[in-house]
Amino acid sequence: MLNQYPWWKYLLIGLILLIGVIYALPNLFGENEAVQISPARAAVTVDRALYDRVEKTLKENNIPIKATELDTVQRRLLVRFQDPEAQLKAADLLRNTLGRDYVVALNLAPATPAFLRALGLRPMYYGLDLRGGVYFLMQVDMNAALKLAEETYVDDVRVLLRDEKIRYVTVDRAVGGGIRVSFKEATERDKALAALQQKLRNLQIGEIPDSLDLKLALSEQEIKEKRDLALQQNLTTLRNRINELGVSEPLIQRQGADRIIVQLPGVQDTARAKEILGATATLEFRLVDTDHDVREAETSGRAPVGSRLYRDRQGQPVLLQKRVMLTGDYIVDAASGLEQQDGQPAVFVTLDSTGAKRMEEGTKDNIGKPMAVVFIENKTETRLVEGESRKSSYKVEEVISVATIRDRLGKRFQITGLDTEEARNLALLLRAGALAAPVEIIEERTVGPSAGQENIDQGRRSALIAFLVIVGFMGYYYRNFGWLSGVALAFNVVLIIAVLSMLQATLTLPGIAGIVLTMGMAVDANVLIYERIREESRLGNTPQAAIHAGFERAFATILDSNITTLIAALLLFGLGSGPVRGFGITLSIGILTTMFTAVTVSRAMINYLYGGRRLEAIPV
Amino acid sequence: MQTKFRTFVGETHIDFMSKDKLALGLSLAVLVICLLSLLIRGLNLGLDFTGGTMIEAHYPEPVAIPAVREALSKAGFDDAQSQYFGTSSDILLRIPPREGLGAGDISKEVLAALKQVAGGEQVELKRVEFVGPQVGQELVENGGMAMLFALLGIMIYVAFRFEWKLALGTIAATVHDVVFTIGAFSLFQIEFDLTVLAAILAVIGYSVNDTVVVLDRIRENFRKMRRESVREIMNASINQTLTRTIITSFTVFLSVVVLLIFGGPIMRGFSIAMLMGVVVGTYSSIYIASAGALQLDIKREDLLPKAKEALDNRP
Repeated sequence: MLNQYPWWKYLLIGLILLIGVIYALPNLFGENEAVQISPARAAVTVDRALYDRVEKTLKENNIPIKATELDTVQRRLLVRFQDPEAQLKAADLLRNTLGRDYVVALNLAPATPAFLRALGLRPMYYGLDLRGGVYFLMQVDMNAALKLAEETYVDDVRVLLRDEKIRYVTVDRAVGGGIRVSFKEATERDKALAALQQKLRNLQIGEIPDSLDLKLALSEQEIKEKRDLALQQNLTTLRNRINELGVSEPLIQRQGADRIIVQLPGVQDTARAKEILGATATLEFRLVDTDHDVREAETSGRAPVGSRLYRDRQGQPVLLQKRVMLTGDYIVDAASGLEQQDGQPAVFVTLDSTGAKRMEEGTKDNIGKPMAVVFIENKTETRLVEGESRKSSYKVEEVISVATIRDRLGKRFQITGLDTEEARNLALLLRAGALAAPVEIIEERTVGPSAGQENIDQGRRSALIAFLVIVGFMGYYYRNFGWLSGVALAFNVVLIIAVLSMLQATLTLPGIAGIVLTMGMAVDANVLIYERIREESRLGNTPQAAIHAGFERAFATILDSNITTLIAALLLFGLGSGPVRGFGITLSIGILTTMFTAVTVSRAMINYLYGGRRLEAIPV
Repeated sequence: MQTKFRTFVGETHIDFMSKDKLALGLSLAVLVICLLSLLIRGLNLGLDFTGGTMIEAHYPEPVAIPAVREALSKAGFDDAQSQYFGTSSDILLRIPPREGLGAGDISKEVLAALKQVAGGEQVELKRVEFVGPQVGQELVENGGMAMLFALLGIMIYVAFRFEWKLALGTIAATVHDVVFTIGAFSLFQIEFDLTVLAAILAVIGYSVNDTVVVLDRIRENFRKMRRESVREIMNASINQTLTRTIITSFTVFLSVVVLLIFGGPIMRGFSIAMLMGVVVGTYSSIYIASAGALQLDIKREDLLPKAKEALDNRP
């Protein structure tokens, strides 16, 4: 008999559709306003005690809770509320009570019922244009990272030459990159060459013709490593800083060789976010030059050899030794608080063991002498000069405190001389670690929460209306078969939503447009089949034969036309970021689900309803 | 026993190919206009490609654009373009890239300026987009590459599945649609942003989809209709697929119109591009692809050797 499927085929198709429906199900339940509490440091625990403490605090303040969920695996506590007002009140309250140990973030938690969550099912992941938030694309300044690496080598070379008692004139970064070491005598140079080759193997050493100078350069391998390291360190640092910001589901991702994507859903205060993300700050500890007169240096505008002139916050000149005792790289923790003795705001710094050793060595012979903390902020900006964009980075260096070394400093010490706010910010920047290389925001997209909701509404409305219009038309034009293609289209949309939920791919507004467009194109497969059936029928075939031939013959065409569309859709992935990529995603998924629903599901329905019977006329 | 079908077009026997010279000439003329416009007027490139800052703001009450301009100009944003966005209480500002100011600074200053407008204390920034000059440049390059690769990929597929003359015809039809759509954006100076580029890629996909259906039928008919001339086969194929072409174009058209009306202002450019693409794509799959292949002197033998599929076995 024509047009009959074996029972297992119906079962299989039914099963696939059932799975699709189950995966799409979590999208029906919307979201709750929630507050997410996670530990700020690894040592802090998220447990039943915290759960009780939070519930008690909220109850005492008469803030109604919808539900509280403790997730010990992901180490977070989620408190759901009925309305945004309760959410905001609770967040403020909890921030105050829990203090610095926990990050309290606002969140829109999916209101998926527990039994679905237990199955690991989640609703679609909305893009920033639908949920509101900030998107940053940051460029890491690799030149600065390499410069930093070279500067470290300059120090190493100096130390090495001094230790080996080799006389040199200068060691400095060369103009076009690399390090240039100049000598007065050829014998000294040759000694240096031997020593450098032996001790600093990573460097490529060459002689500069017509001079007694040596040129040292980083190897390709090392340059690559430095770049990777700079990016990696930036990623880590950004992650830490974003934790400090209290965002519930941040995304920090590497893109290409020197870029980082940061997505902060729900963040509205972009100014503050950028202040914290963009600044690269580091500290340097230097000894104050007490052998020379500051005023003399200031009036002459020239610092004595081995020293440099700095300014403090009030603009007063300070003369510091050129040699850096310690950089901020060795800082493992920094906290702001009040000093015990006189209650002044202070930053408590903890160093790692290498840093502690260096600090110890640097301070042990200098007890009683003043030491300065220099705060260095790297800022980068792109300016348009005569229509071309040029990048320039500049350094802001400021002496933030000068204090007498009271004792040999080690692993832990404190910096004073700041006000409370400054201490807090400095601690935050230090704790998050100094960025290895400055980053610049080269793209930013912010969507307000109301705009996000509007986009969701417009998207949903468009999808619904498009669905009704298309199904209405198909039903009118192809009668019963047309309505069946409407059912297939509904399954198609369910499957698209299911696949999106399964993959947790990002749904954006253009993504919704992709779904709407898919609806319009999906019925094409049905149109092809139905037109073919009509044609076969006109040629005098019996209804069953016409239906059979229609499906069989249209299939090759459907395949061809869909594959070509898929090629174009896949290339959309390469187009920029975020929203537009979302269009490529839904369009591609839509094409695949269409192949299944419009051909297989439609056919199964038609076979089930009409197959194997005597048909007087074709219901198409 | 003939079923009565509900239909708009019915069976047609239009001699499309007799008008092939006319169609080609008409298309060429329009293409020349589009290209000239692209050369002379260029595209009204959106922020995605030029770089700069775009700010969408919402006032609780309708607001007058001149007042907004004045406030912005006072704050030093003389070069800001402002316009309504959807309603008269929503405005969209475009600020060209400027020296020394990052996105955060600009949005802060603009917000302050917008609050100066009478009744504007409650103004709300709905969307801020900042694109650095280098990103814009890259998007232009990536967009161009994506389009080229799409065309290339499709050409290879069609050449592999069908035959190179039909592949060239298909690509001619697709390029035709793309140039037409982009040209219209240039002629009417509609803003061309990233979503429009995405729409154009979708148009490429759609246009080929449409064409492939006609090609499929041409191939099938070459095998079935042994006596007819190439021209007659082309005509028959187009006529046989005409209803399908029109119905499908119509449903896609419907969904795009729904997007245009209900999708909100962000999707407007996208919808317009799709709309034009669908209309032109329908025309080009009827004419350009087959007429192009005809011009390339396609023969029965070009399509016959690969006839392994069981298309001739009538049940």
